[in-house]
Amino acid sequence: MTNPYLPNDTDEIRQKLLKTIGIKNTDELFSDIPSTILLKKSLSLPVSLSEAEVRRAVEGILKKNSTVKELISFLGGGVWPHYVPAVVDNIASRSEFLTSYTPYQPELNQGVLQALFEYQSLICELVKMDVANCSMYDWASSLAEAARMTSRITGKNVFLVPHFISPERITVLKSYAEPAEIRVVEVKQSANNGQIDLEDLKQKMSSETAGVYIENPSYLGYVMNNASIVSEIVHDAGGLFVVGVDPMSLGVLKPPGDYGADIVVGEGQPLGNHMSFGGGLLGILSCKDNPYYIRQLPGRVVGMTTTIKGDERGFCFALQTREQHIRREKATSNICTNETLCAIRAAVYMSLMGRKGFETLGNNILIASHYTAKILSEIGGVEAPSFKSEFFKEFTVNFDRTSKSVDEINNRLLRNGIVGGHSLKTIFPELGNSSLYCVTELHSRNDIETLQTKLKEIIEG
Amino acid sequence: MKEFRQAKWHMPTIFEIGAGDRSGCELPKLDSVLRQAIGDPSTFLPKDLMRTSPPNLPETSEVEVLRHFTKLSQMAFGVDEGFYPLGSCTMKYNPKINEALANLDEVNWIHPYQDESTVQGALELMYKLSCWLIEITGMHSFSLQPSAGAHGEFAGTLIMRAYHKHNSHLESKDEVLIPDLAHGTNPASAAMAGFKVIIIPSGIDGCIDIEALKNIVSKRTAGLMLTNPNTLGIFEKEIVEISKILHEEGALLYYDGANFNGIMGKVRPGDMGFDIVHLNLHKTFSTPHGGGGPGSGPVGVVEELDKFLPIPLIQYDGEKYYLDYNRTYSIGKIRGFYGNFDILVRAFSYILTMGAEGLENAAEIAVLNANYLSKRLANIKGFELPYDNERPRKHECVISCSKMKRETGVQAKNVAKRLIDFGIHPPTMYFPLIIDEALMIEPTETETIEELEGLVDMFAEISKEAYSTPNVLLEAPHNSSFSQMDEVKASHPRTLCLSWRMHQRMKHEKKD
Ligand SMILES: Cc1ncc(COP(=O)(O)O)c(C=O)c1O
Repeated sequence: MTNPYLPNDTDEIRQKLLKTIGIKNTDELFSDIPSTILLKKSLSLPVSLSEAEVRRAVEGILKKNSTVKELISFLGGGVWPHYVPAVVDNIASRSEFLTSYTPYQPELNQGVLQALFEYQSLICELVKMDVANCSMYDWASSLAEAARMTSRITGKNVFLVPHFISPERITVLKSYAEPAEIRVVEVKQSANNGQIDLEDLKQKMSSETAGVYIENPSYLGYVMNNASIVSEIVHDAGGLFVVGVDPMSLGVLKPPGDYGADIVVGEGQPLGNHMSFGGGLLGILSCKDNPYYIRQLPGRVVGMTTTIKGDERGFCFALQTREQHIRREKATSNICTNETLCAIRAAVYMSLMGRKGFETLGNNILIASHYTAKILSEIGGVEAPSFKSEFFKEFTVNFDRTSKSVDEINNRLLRNGIVGGHSLKTIFPELGNSSLYCVTELHSRNDIETLQTKLKEIIEG
Repeated sequence: MKEFRQAKWHMPTIFEIGAGDRSGCELPKLDSVLRQAIGDPSTFLPKDLMRTSPPNLPETSEVEVLRHFTKLSQMAFGVDEGFYPLGSCTMKYNPKINEALANLDEVNWIHPYQDESTVQGALELMYKLSCWLIEITGMHSFSLQPSAGAHGEFAGTLIMRAYHKHNSHLESKDEVLIPDLAHGTNPASAAMAGFKVIIIPSGIDGCIDIEALKNIVSKRTAGLMLTNPNTLGIFEKEIVEISKILHEEGALLYYDGANFNGIMGKVRPGDMGFDIVHLNLHKTFSTPHGGGGPGSGPVGVVEELDKFLPIPLIQYDGEKYYLDYNRTYSIGKIRGFYGNFDILVRAFSYILTMGAEGLENAAEIAVLNANYLSKRLANIKGFELPYDNERPRKHECVISCSKMKRETGVQAKNVAKRLIDFGIHPPTMYFPLIIDEALMIEPTETETIEELEGLVDMFAEISKEAYSTPNVLLEAPHNSSFSQMDEVKASHPRTLCLSWRMHQRMKHEKKD
């Protein structure tokens, strides 16, 4: 029997192919590879398995994971548990989307192109900007490319970032910034309320500032109440204002387009993408309709057009002269394969949620996360939220005035089937024994109260 | 000739359907105890932090959304729909068992910050996959972090940078050499990593011109990026010599693994002398391309460069798997978390299915298929196989239509578009740049001989049309959902429209 994926691997067909090619055996096809480097023996890999055996083997390995469906988890920090409607999975498994290549042939792949145009458009509505590209790898790489974009637009090379930023994002930003000779400088945030320290910002602004980045809500979940002042400070100095968002907040929180953002980045995973161990990410990158910005946009972007005959509306890639296949070393980015299927998922998700959905979702998350903070703070020595600011979905909990460390607490929670908040001990040591808790629409009252009961037992018991 | 007809729907955008107050999704009800305890957010959130009007999103029912995107999908074309000989992209079959496994709860519902003890399965799978990739490529260690091929290239060129910096050579080593027939991502990645790009010309045999290379290589050379087999489908037979020339100057060799399907199990980049390798799991290792991602571009290195790999690396201490962040010299990270995990699951499952022999057979059949096509297509009037047509190709061949263009006015593009009418996804067009009127054809190993013969018949038919009724070609395609798109209009400053918001505004401005 032949391997089911190798239909031509029969003696008869091999002979037929060899005959047409005009050679005796397959080795001749590899005869130009120097014999000194040709593999002399087969690769040392496990023997091939049948489909049933593969299923069993892979399931066997994956069963060693405990999912956050079995556990009650309060982890967020860049990947968050949100419900993925069945319709989203259904559309994403349509073979025409799943198994197609990047739509280089617009006539044959209009469906992918229109879906991507709709993704761009839906993102623009949510963040209130005019332009979005059709995906980056994730929030962190979007931020990094946005920083390089501000530098190209302004010709300057200092990029300011907030102190409380995800370690994932700051590390990625630095990897991308260094070769472009962009200096990444931190702006202080208040130890009391987590807000951007405007005095420190002003002091760090200079004629070399290409851009200033803030996150709203911040990495620690707090809503920035001085974003429009930051915007003024940045713009007065001739820099660009870059804002990072959690799209799930934008049904209730002011969109960055309303407070002066020039570029918006963010994570599209919550928009219908599974957490997948941090795999199903989707970088949002959006900007104002300004020809200087658009010319420097990284990645692919779909435009609305018509057929050449002019009789029908259609879609195709636009502004390809920015891209690597044309501009090569002068391209605005090296992006080729991006995160299209994740973007299509996001388009379906945003369409399902619609005008009202994001508001209800945002309100429910606000209430559930505030309820969690409230009942946790009733436990002796627990401070939640530990900053004096409004927050959305995530907030920091401080355990300094309990006799337990975050590690100890999280270990004991885990033994009770609960995954506590992400420990901030090594990332922000100045916050002491703190962790970042995340509460979404998926947390039931029972989940939240179970957390409180167990925490109380651990801390007070 | 069997004709194909793609579905055609007259599609409004999602913004043009639906009606006020409809919704496509019902959210979990909020417990009334919570609402009572906290109150409505408008009572505690300051007004100036809140959104003043709801986003202008669709108001559509679940059925409307489902049908909208289902119809859009019917106007798209994947490997499951038909033959996709798109050169350099390795559009092989995407096995369905891999989909089933990648969609398990144990994949979808795990969080990257979970305690390591609760994600041992995920770590084990990633660890084993890296070990297999090490064996398959002959490298020392692998990182699974990069999200795509170009992302792997960026990681690789950052490693090159870190290595030279570590040896205090970066100031003087600032050039990366790239053949003229390289993919655009190579120069773009090298430039992103801060290097100057120097182009090496190809010789008449379609391989790197060794004499030219020797003249170009200098103290300034930080590295060379090479695809082997190259983008003509030809094996760079002087690779050992090339590697020697570069290493003697203290430069590193980077392997772009986009074409690895042509040599898998036959020869390994590590044995050719490469120091850094990326693989495209969404090509060689059968993971679906998703209309343009997510992909995965793991990057592997030789022992000397191990310390520069992105953090974290997945390690095994004999009892448990863990994430190793304790790596002083690492280039850092190039994206959040650990890589596109669901894609890694698919590649893992593929390698288990194939085994060593299966992978080698896949490469062999892919090469047989490509050479079969190159022989037969080059015999059709108007088509030629430039560059050493006696040399075997590997996984792909590049056919030139320049003779046809001279004699009939029919261009590569027209041939490509006409193939659509027969239900075939066109080959890659106009790449590599050094070939006039290029069509780059990669059949892969998963197509039947009948499918290959069918393609040959279509080329023959198209040739006949070119020399008798060229107009039918110039206006192709006829049977896809849409006829040719106006790509100039799509990018022209006056008609540029990148979102529904821009579209609405343009409509208003026209009215005024
Ligand atoms: C030769 C070559 N190199 C690099 C790439 C880039 O890979 P990716 O699209 O995964 O970023 C491609 C893919 O198109 C390619 O064909």
